[in-house]
Amino acid sequence: MTLATASRDGSPYIDDVVRAFVIATIFWGVVAFLAGTFIALQLAFPVLNLGLEWTTFGRLRPLHTSAAIFAFGGSGLIGSSLFIVQRTCRASLFGGRPVGWFIFWGYQFFIVIAALGYVLGITQSKEYAEPEWYADLWLTVVWVVYLVAFLGTLIKREEPHIYVANWFLLAFIVTVAMLHLVNNAFVPVSFFGAKSYVVWSGVRDAMIQWWYAHNAVGFFLTAGFLGMMYYFIPKRAQRPVYSYRLSIVHFWSLIFLYIWAGPHHLHYTALPDWAQTLGMTFSVMLWMPSWGGMINGLMTLSGAWDRLRTDPGLRFSVTAVGFYGMSTFEGPVMSIKAVNALSHYTDWTVGHVHSGALGWVAFIIFGTLYYLVPVLWKRERVYSERLIGWHYWIATAGIVLYITAMWVSGIMQGLMWRAYDELGFLQYAFVETVAAMFPYYVIRAMGGVLFVIGALIMTYNLWKTMRGELRREAAIPDYRPGAALAR
Amino acid sequence: MAFKHTQLETNSILLLVAILVTVAIGGLVQIVPLFTIETTIERVKGVRPYSPLELIGRNIYVREGCYNCHSQQIRPFRDEVERYGHYSIAAESMYDHPFQWGSKRTGPDLARVGGKYSNDWHVTHLIDPRAVVPESNMPSYPFLARRDLRTGDIADHLRALRLAGVPYSQEMIDNALADLRAQADPEADSDGVKARYPKAVIGDFDGDPARLTEMDALVAYLQMLGTLVRFGDYTLDDLRQ
Repeated sequence: MTLATASRDGSPYIDDVVRAFVIATIFWGVVAFLAGTFIALQLAFPVLNLGLEWTTFGRLRPLHTSAAIFAFGGSGLIGSSLFIVQRTCRASLFGGRPVGWFIFWGYQFFIVIAALGYVLGITQSKEYAEPEWYADLWLTVVWVVYLVAFLGTLIKREEPHIYVANWFLLAFIVTVAMLHLVNNAFVPVSFFGAKSYVVWSGVRDAMIQWWYAHNAVGFFLTAGFLGMMYYFIPKRAQRPVYSYRLSIVHFWSLIFLYIWAGPHHLHYTALPDWAQTLGMTFSVMLWMPSWGGMINGLMTLSGAWDRLRTDPGLRFSVTAVGFYGMSTFEGPVMSIKAVNALSHYTDWTVGHVHSGALGWVAFIIFGTLYYLVPVLWKRERVYSERLIGWHYWIATAGIVLYITAMWVSGIMQGLMWRAYDELGFLQYAFVETVAAMFPYYVIRAMGGVLFVIGALIMTYNLWKTMRGELRREAAIPDYRPGAALAR
Repeated sequence: MAFKHTQLETNSILLLVAILVTVAIGGLVQIVPLFTIETTIERVKGVRPYSPLELIGRNIYVREGCYNCHSQQIRPFRDEVERYGHYSIAAESMYDHPFQWGSKRTGPDLARVGGKYSNDWHVTHLIDPRAVVPESNMPSYPFLARRDLRTGDIADHLRALRLAGVPYSQEMIDNALADLRAQADPEADSDGVKARYPKAVIGDFDGDPARLTEMDALVAYLQMLGTLVRFGDYTLDDLRQ
């Protein structure tokens, strides 16, 4: 594989920062999956809360979600965005190595102070925006530097056009900045204390929070990773993006529509009906650009589908797009008020989130890591292609266990809450619905265990790759008609 | 001159501005009217800022991440209204910084849990949930009963909230610490706290009159949830947004 390591003006790409982000991504991924599996087990076996204040589900759940979204997802996104923007602009990072390293260490510092806060009970209690004011301010500084570095690299590019992946990445960076600033407007109680009060209250705070949180999904976990899809799938499949025109329609419709979808988290609440209706309508419309993007990603493989047999890394990326399609169909369905009446407050929502988080976000990152590590460490290939295959199937089995358990239990829970007996009384006490969840919580945790095992296999495989080892193994057989003859 | 997408693809700043405009629209349309349409928050009597003790209790509720498993938002469905009480209205959380509506019911909704159980029950349940609800999967919180309540900066909390728009009067701020102590002590003179915070429940919440603990504050908060509005005084039309 030949790959340029320097920009057109001769200055080298800043790749050591990207390498650091790759290592951080692997590390935080394992942490996030372990934390998730642990709190999943806590729901089945409450004794695992250990009776300590630092280890209750209430404190560890934000630790899990932040580790997954911001530490694992964020490190993967920022690292790969720095890789992509330099290559597609044929320019080295604006600001050079000092700026790159500031982004890396600044972001890691943010993760650590946020995580320490959760364990100590320092939280704003706004989902996916739990860090308190001092961590928020620090993140703002890091994010502005990141935006300037990214935009500066775009401006000094040596290519006439800005590549489509960069549109998505720029939208991700800018929109997350906007969401973060508005949602975290706070009044600190004192300069030396951790506690603050957000300036918004009640129904307005709810609307702003879910405008933020839904678009943390839309722009952090979707637009950013679509940038990844638009670079690494064509690169890996060695095919151009399926449709340039579809990219344009996909991009503008996705970013325009996504931002409206927040109120579907507040159906039938005290949020005024007009806002709920808008949220539902735009969520349903959002199905179209989402699938436009999925089609653009999948169809990029036209003429190269056979690579899925022989390239398990690419299989991760493509399966990720499949899961993206599935969860962006499920999302609009759940945003319909009649469906939401059943699904809201249940584990169905949790299952939906994880089909996106595990199937889409984690898988597209895994695919990217299996591509990036050999390139960045200048190795011929990953240590073992067969171990990638093992990772793939174990992780996929884990996701299937997870999401099916949550579908069944979530729908069951919703139906039990609203069940009436023949005399017209509520049929179940709340606690009976808790007891009924037990087997599904166990199955879900088993899914998590499989996902952790897969990630550990990946860690081993990539660590060996970084060390420059190659496992001596038979090539993955190519079953195409005539392939054996050709060889 | 006809617009071509190439213009956006070749000009970083133009692309940045176009993105910002595109993503700003949805939020502006959905958020701004909530501040300008008066009926967004229903006009009902009884909703008041949290008393100092309730406020610290609420902060403990936030600190422990109770919202991860308990909602405080009853939807207008027959089963929810029968299970939990009158559906929630926006006015009830108008002084909530931040809101605690939640998104998941691993445990039951708590929007109207106030007054449903005794203080004793809450204390026992928080120390060991399975002592009173064998099937419960809730964590136990024995440390709340052991730890003294930190009260020194309570006036700062009220001041910060006043800055955020909660109508705490100067009198409330001046009496914050006294009100906090009076609410948790049935022997004390509680006229002041009752006048400033109507319907405030007075009592030794944690069953240990010698100490003021985090348990006192959390139970005081739980016992007032959903108790402020008398829904019998209003018709559905009064509650229309």
